[in-house]
Amino acid sequence: MSEETRTPILSAKGLVKRYGQVTAIDGADFELYPGEILAVIGDNGAGKSSLIKALSGAVVPDAGEIRLDGEPVRFKSPIEARKAGIETVYQDLAVAPAMDIATNLFLGREQRRGGPLGSLFRMLDHKGMREEADRQMKSLQIGIRSMSQAVETLSGGQRQGVAVARAAAWARKLVIMDEPTAALGVKESAQVLELINRVRDNGLPVILISHNMPHVFEIADRIHVHRLGKRATVVTPKTHTMHEVVGIMTGAVVHDLEHPDQENGPAAAPDEPPAAQAAGADGSDPPPR
Amino acid sequence: MTDQQTQPAGEPATAGAPAGGAPGESRGRGATKVSGDRLAQLGPLFALILACAFFSTQSDRFLTADNFSLILQQVMVIGTLAIGQTLIILTAGIDLSCGTVMAFGSIVMTKLAVDNGIPPVLAILLGIGACAAFGAVNGALVTSLNLPAFIVTLGTFNIAYALTHIYSKDETISGLPDVMTSLGNSFSLGGTPFTYGTILTILLFAFVWFVLTQTSWGRRVYALGDNPEATRLMGIPVKKQLLMIYTVAGVIYGIAALLLVARTNVGDPNAGLTDNLDAITAVVLGGTSLFGGRGTIIGTLIGALIVGVLRDGLVLMGVQSIYQVLITGILVILAVSVDQLARRRG
Repeated sequence: MSEETRTPILSAKGLVKRYGQVTAIDGADFELYPGEILAVIGDNGAGKSSLIKALSGAVVPDAGEIRLDGEPVRFKSPIEARKAGIETVYQDLAVAPAMDIATNLFLGREQRRGGPLGSLFRMLDHKGMREEADRQMKSLQIGIRSMSQAVETLSGGQRQGVAVARAAAWARKLVIMDEPTAALGVKESAQVLELINRVRDNGLPVILISHNMPHVFEIADRIHVHRLGKRATVVTPKTHTMHEVVGIMTGAVVHDLEHPDQENGPAAAPDEPPAAQAAGADGSDPPPR
Repeated sequence: MTDQQTQPAGEPATAGAPAGGAPGESRGRGATKVSGDRLAQLGPLFALILACAFFSTQSDRFLTADNFSLILQQVMVIGTLAIGQTLIILTAGIDLSCGTVMAFGSIVMTKLAVDNGIPPVLAILLGIGACAAFGAVNGALVTSLNLPAFIVTLGTFNIAYALTHIYSKDETISGLPDVMTSLGNSFSLGGTPFTYGTILTILLFAFVWFVLTQTSWGRRVYALGDNPEATRLMGIPVKKQLLMIYTVAGVIYGIAALLLVARTNVGDPNAGLTDNLDAITAVVLGGTSLFGGRGTIIGTLIGALIVGVLRDGLVLMGVQSIYQVLITGILVILAVSVDQLARRRG
């Protein structure tokens, strides 16, 4: 209840996106609050990536409204979303391997030197960028000693660390992480999860898209469950078990967003899912918005 | 802050890190390391020194100032072509048309000046413009239709070759105005003649080095070849940048055309055929990766010098020219193999 009184940093209402006959987003709602990690989960084809694309500007929705800090926004490209302060980290390590860390952090946003060297000769401020990169990596406690080290000499986790650091450095409002651990091993995933926690602790809210339930339950403050093109519910790792959440995600459990506390209470009994399952005949949509 | 260097999120710096774990050393310097492998950059230099050492044992005339001046003159056209070629290969492309495009540019500028009486400076600019147009066509086809650069430039190689012969009617154009050949004039430095063209080539190398290492335009050339998708995601207009790179390469071929004209004193429709592959050879020998994103313009200069030294040294040794071609071919394959093996490690 207390959440409803705060202003979401990013919110969406009634988003719709159709591709011909296919409705990818079917009246989806969304809220991200300051200082939280919101996980977005959903089965394959549930439309969560379309939702994220709409929020990050990669897709322009047909209907509905997106608000950033309470102000209506309409992103026509990811570049516009980035300009508004939304950065995205992609799963496939979107870094340039042969280039050094500082260059990667400043790719597309290079800093020039002061004075005529910068304005007239357009010279880059290599030293300044390295120092700034060093500060940024340190603030996230990524222990890499030299910013002039090529990214390809780093481990997979460190490389994703560079991508996360870049997003955190430039994001003014929030960071979207699209399956940031999908390409990583167990140990490296743990490093990246820790990083995501630090990004949140440093004051940036995070939207985390993930298939990995243990990861979601480890770091998410709230979990947005997407199903059939819309939000089925929002739960927290404290009030729901992984099993219940998977049930909601797959439609085995119908979750009432309006009265979450009544239906699936904090101490969800093991015998509850079957009862709810009986109520939700397959194919039927979750309750209307 | 300073004692946080080994935090849990970061594993101890990766063992084979080329920076040698000396952050103090790499900081505060202007140069940014791109290739990530200094040894790969030193390789070409060793090869050049080795070749020089070998030829100096084979011929007394090799290690003379006059001979080096001659090598520089011979290298200047290939070297200039190789500058444009480097820009394109850094983006993971290739330009097979550079030599014939240069020949076309040289015919355009000489014919306009000699046959049409157009002022030489204007004719030169139009010739360079013709090369730039070819570069832009290459770039447009590569970016808008997503065609492989290899095929596109194989096509424009033939088109430029044919246009050169059609336009020139297979005739060599001579009687050029002085302005056009002035870059072939030389001045004496300590008794050794150097042509102005050589100086222009070296200045061009210096300029492109500056652009590639010190400006964001240069960073983007590397980024594009290294990871085009990441570059696009960072909001860089990849296609526009690529089109610009091909066009700039065309302009550089145009300058090579002027150097060619100045060196030979004629507009020769048959020029540029061997220069085509020689330019690519120079780039590859210089350590630039055909897979894009790695390489230096200094390496290309060294690569061009290797090509020049080999040609010159083998001539001094009295080796038939066909063996020079054979050796160049073997060297290219060697260089590409080294590149491939070096990258696999990473």
